[in-house]
Amino acid sequence: MSEQTQRQAYWSANLKLVALCLSIWFVVSYLFGIILVEQLNAIHIGGYKLGFWFAQQGSMYIFVVLIFFYAYKMKKLDQQFNVHED
Amino acid sequence: MDLKTLTFLVVGATFALYIGIAIWARAGTTKEFYVAGTGVHPIANGMATAADWMSAASFISMAGLIAFMGYDGSVYLMGWTGGYVLLALLLAPYLRKYGKFTVSEFIGERYYSKAARIVAVLCLIVASVTYVIGQMKGIGVAFSRFLEVDFHTGVFVGMAIVFVYAVMGGMKGITYTQIAQYCVLIFAYTVPAIFISLNLTGNPVPQLGLGSSMADGSGVALLDKLDMIVTDLGFAAYTAQKMSTMNMLLLTLSLMIGTAGLPHVIMRFFTVPRVADARSSAGWALVFIALLYTTAPAVGAMARLNLMNTIQTGEVGSADGNLIYADRPEWFKNWEKTELLKFEDKNGDGRIQYYNEKDETFAAKAAGFGWQGNEMIKVDNDIMVLANPEIANLPNWVIALVAAGGLAAALSTAAGLLLAISTAISHDVIKGMIAPDISEQKELLASRLAMAGAIVVAGYLGMNPPGFAAQVVALAFGLAAASIFPALMMGIFNKNMDNIGAIVGMLVGLFSTLIYIFWFKGWFFIPGTEMAANNASNWLLGISPEAFGAVGAGLNFASAYVVSKITPPPPEHIQHLVEDIRVPMGAAKAQASH
Repeated sequence: MSEQTQRQAYWSANLKLVALCLSIWFVVSYLFGIILVEQLNAIHIGGYKLGFWFAQQGSMYIFVVLIFFYAYKMKKLDQQFNVHED
Repeated sequence: MDLKTLTFLVVGATFALYIGIAIWARAGTTKEFYVAGTGVHPIANGMATAADWMSAASFISMAGLIAFMGYDGSVYLMGWTGGYVLLALLLAPYLRKYGKFTVSEFIGERYYSKAARIVAVLCLIVASVTYVIGQMKGIGVAFSRFLEVDFHTGVFVGMAIVFVYAVMGGMKGITYTQIAQYCVLIFAYTVPAIFISLNLTGNPVPQLGLGSSMADGSGVALLDKLDMIVTDLGFAAYTAQKMSTMNMLLLTLSLMIGTAGLPHVIMRFFTVPRVADARSSAGWALVFIALLYTTAPAVGAMARLNLMNTIQTGEVGSADGNLIYADRPEWFKNWEKTELLKFEDKNGDGRIQYYNEKDETFAAKAAGFGWQGNEMIKVDNDIMVLANPEIANLPNWVIALVAAGGLAAALSTAAGLLLAISTAISHDVIKGMIAPDISEQKELLASRLAMAGAIVVAGYLGMNPPGFAAQVVALAFGLAAASIFPALMMGIFNKNMDNIGAIVGMLVGLFSTLIYIFWFKGWFFIPGTEMAANNASNWLLGISPEAFGAVGAGLNFASAYVVSKITPPPPEHIQHLVEDIRVPMGAAKAQASH
């Protein structure tokens, strides 16, 4: 693979990963926390209604995990396509 | 030891620490001043970013807002954390790769246009200045309350302290000071929350306590109990949605995009050693932020519960179900002095009735009990966090600690914002436009002078606030969301975005948002100049002014895209620049292979 095509492959792999992560980001906050909140509130975990939990707790935990997941995956892509630093 | 002496001691000790760190970490070069010599570990940088980000609003106001908004307060929780996902995925690594000092420098070079840089500097200064006014005011209030001096003296003391460590240390000093400030503020926030959660639910972790059953043996979940108590008094259920779904969605989105577009936050990611670190550093920042942000809903709900229980001591409507005013607790009296808490005995029975008089059904029922209106005529959101330890009868040292924590939050944010402003002036305006040949020493001097000037202006505006603290914050976020974020994102993800497209986009985003806010809140917030009353029936498609930033960002994206299609594409070297920032590999190597 020439360096040019390799870089393009790296970029499209990155875009796919970003799209996946942003879908999760959207689902846990906008979908579960706001749009479907009524429906999810019918389910209880402990003293929490599920929709309320996503809006005030769950979405934030998932955001944190999501960023580290992305950073970890990108580190692998950097190596795989040989575009890493140093 | 009495509370005042203790507060002096705790606040004084923390300040000695901050200033000591600033002296130890003095900046010698412009690079150290602006970006701490790009040698800050991602975890340390994450912690400093968290302190930078969490202002007096996060520390003092947010839990209070949630206490009274209930479920609707989720927009702040999700909005102010979700922005970090956007930062980590869409901006931080690429801006770090590009490797310059400021956001407007990137916009100026990427769009090969001085005009673009000027527009970016303008957006940046407006957003930062509006934001910093609120911080200086918060510092003044906190100092005057806890050191028992008048408000103006409070602001002066705050200005002097920010001056010492921000002007001397630059980014390097600020970064290390902010790490210390983070430790102080998170300790101060969580300690009372743990005590209160333990007290109410028997669970020491507030995040779990909020989802636990009451410790009073009833087995009822805390949130269900809270819903019951507030609805019994005519208020909307705590866990129910009150805002329209559309506004919740747009407001959350505006806050997220705004967070990712705020220059003082983006700047932090220029500080890490490598591109990979920029990604993980955003993650660490969010870990440290989430520690406070997941505690805040517990603090809010528990404070509301304690407040309601303090006043409504027995069955609603029973003769002795309400607190006798003469028996009110000490914290109640303390906060009455500040006039942030006000009582008026409307039916003259010497007891306090606190209920929702705007709910007609309940108001009619209340009249049957001999209640003649809600007697808690003022309960300010902002007192909830500060009063919380007193309401829960915690020892004095905890109260002193909360004072120190609130000040740490306000000071760290003010310092970060002032750095962003002074950098914009010395680096973008003076070095970038007026005197490109300026020496490093002179540039450093210019940025220190700019910062001193910014502190004076911010202090002055903090003392004479135009009376719109809350609107100003909404404006800062709306502007950052509508102008800066789309320009940065398109600069990285759309190779064909050209100078004219970007400039048109930024101006469309900036002015559509500004005008929409001014339309309902008055031109430059001057009362009486509103074009229409600020209520849902006048809003465009029911969108509130606070939530309009997301729409402005959408208009920015759309207009920039259309214009870029009908104007010439960017020159080849710019397209190469974009390709180059998309890969982490070093700039020198990348150039050699072309």
